[in-house]
Amino acid sequence: MNNVFGNKRAVLVFVGPALLIYTVIMLVPVLWSLGYTLFTGSVITGFEFSGLDNFAKLFSDPKVGEALLFTLKYAVILTVGQVLVGYALSLLYVFWLRKASSLVRTLVFFPIVLPTVAVSLLFQKMFEVAPQNGIVNEFINLFGLPSVDWFGSPDTAFLVLVVMDIWRSMGFYAVLLYAGLLDIPEEVMESARLDGAGGWTLIRRIVIPMSLPVLLSSIIFSINGTLKVFDSVLALTNGGPGSSTTPLTLLMFRTAFSYGDYGYGSTIALLLTVICLLVTIFIFRSSRRDLTKG
Amino acid sequence: MTTTASAPGRPTSAKPGRPLRIRRRMTPRRAGSIALKTLVIGFLLAITVLPLIWLLLGSLKTQSEWLNSPSWALPENFLNFENYQVAWVDGDIGRYILNSALATFPSLALIVVLGVAAGFALEVLIWKGRGGVLLLFLAGIMVPGQMILLPLFSAYFQTHLTGTIWPLILTYTATGLPLTVFMMATYFRAVPREIFEAAAIDGASIYRSFLSIGFPMVRNAVFTVALVQFFFIWNDLLIALTFTSVGDFQTIQVGLLNFTGQFGQVQYGPTFAAICINVVGILVLYLFLNQRVMRGLTAGSVKG
Repeated sequence: MNNVFGNKRAVLVFVGPALLIYTVIMLVPVLWSLGYTLFTGSVITGFEFSGLDNFAKLFSDPKVGEALLFTLKYAVILTVGQVLVGYALSLLYVFWLRKASSLVRTLVFFPIVLPTVAVSLLFQKMFEVAPQNGIVNEFINLFGLPSVDWFGSPDTAFLVLVVMDIWRSMGFYAVLLYAGLLDIPEEVMESARLDGAGGWTLIRRIVIPMSLPVLLSSIIFSINGTLKVFDSVLALTNGGPGSSTTPLTLLMFRTAFSYGDYGYGSTIALLLTVICLLVTIFIFRSSRRDLTKG
Repeated sequence: MTTTASAPGRPTSAKPGRPLRIRRRMTPRRAGSIALKTLVIGFLLAITVLPLIWLLLGSLKTQSEWLNSPSWALPENFLNFENYQVAWVDGDIGRYILNSALATFPSLALIVVLGVAAGFALEVLIWKGRGGVLLLFLAGIMVPGQMILLPLFSAYFQTHLTGTIWPLILTYTATGLPLTVFMMATYFRAVPREIFEAAAIDGASIYRSFLSIGFPMVRNAVFTVALVQFFFIWNDLLIALTFTSVGDFQTIQVGLLNFTGQFGQVQYGPTFAAICINVVGILVLYLFLNQRVMRGLTAGSVKG
């Protein structure tokens, strides 16, 4: 039997091709990218060894500071927004809509499968002020208020971005958390109800503690995704006005491809990777500590 | 991740407290609750569906309608498909869609074949170092795309693959593998080992076991995984934008971005039509497979 399951050649045949492609196209480039951080230049202009200059530049570059701040602000606000709205929706599905929720779930989930570029362009038109008023400004005008130039100032541009990304993803987080809520044993809920817990008390004392694991994974997915935000920003605001909505991902892309500096681009990419890693480890650790406390 | 088979569409009649409510009579409070419920559902459906309806209506309006009437006005002629023609012919949307298909389906095939085989080897076969290899694949889920873009760009440039479809296929395959391998290993864990052992006793080789038993048993899971990867690849912008800035293989997402860059400020109708083509295609797929898409995407959401 072990001859069959321990067949070395079979292992090679099954896992070999996948491992080869994965290694050549993901693992090697990661190391290669680390090597780039010590150089300046690009594949077209040629590379020049620059030691740790890129890292020195990284810490003194106001653009990086601005992009880092934007990335963190976006990640925190969007994670809170996505998970809160998603959780509210999932509670709504389970406790309030019950049977009727199937259609609502299906429809509210839909935007997440749409191409981000298409959604961004649609929102751009909806919030537009010139040359044509979008539907949002028309709506505001109905109340006698003047049109707002949504993409003209950093704050309103950021607001539109947040609204759009929550619109896109709320149904997704709702279904994710809904699945978690269905896993809570009926008996626990039943006995809590018999003990007189209802409504808000039931949610606070039973539902929230018992759905902590799935809430935690939602938060990790959300932070991991929002730190890497790229498509929606590029297509909706293109980083503007000015560079006020430029996240690290877009700054890295521009540095490498518009200014042709692969070395510095790789350094920014490394910063992003390290942040993603640190955040994930941090959340895992703090969650484990909390769970042991009970 | 925590999706169970029962997640969508599970009957909720077993919820506690329900039998008590059935006999309750229609009090003002209960009527109010129903009204509130209708309002909330209506609001949710409105914010999801209205932007899409506005998009559809916009795609049917002429330029003069756009310039002269408010943006919420209905189109004068509901059968005005001229914008679609412009988007298709002048905007070349058809070619972009073809490019996307040329990149997506070969990548999907490779991801499925390689990923399922690797998942099988990592879960069913017994060998030294399989834990390590699984961890290695898992690490790939965390790596942001930006980290591998530049080396890959150099590599494709030096091997003269730039300007062909290969950079897309190779990159999508590699980035899709970590999640696929991880999910397939999980699915194979659910298949009882005894089945493979029985096959081995009956004299089936391990290859035969995989082809005749392993693969068919995870067929549904394979379909779900392929669907998840389809959405990731079809909707990707970063990789497509990087590797198709030169050459004739721009995908639909890149094409759409360019399209509105050229036409967007001046020509409303064709822009809306182009966006609409994108949305409707996905909508049709979603309508047929929505339960599976929901289950698959939430199970595969690690990728973020």
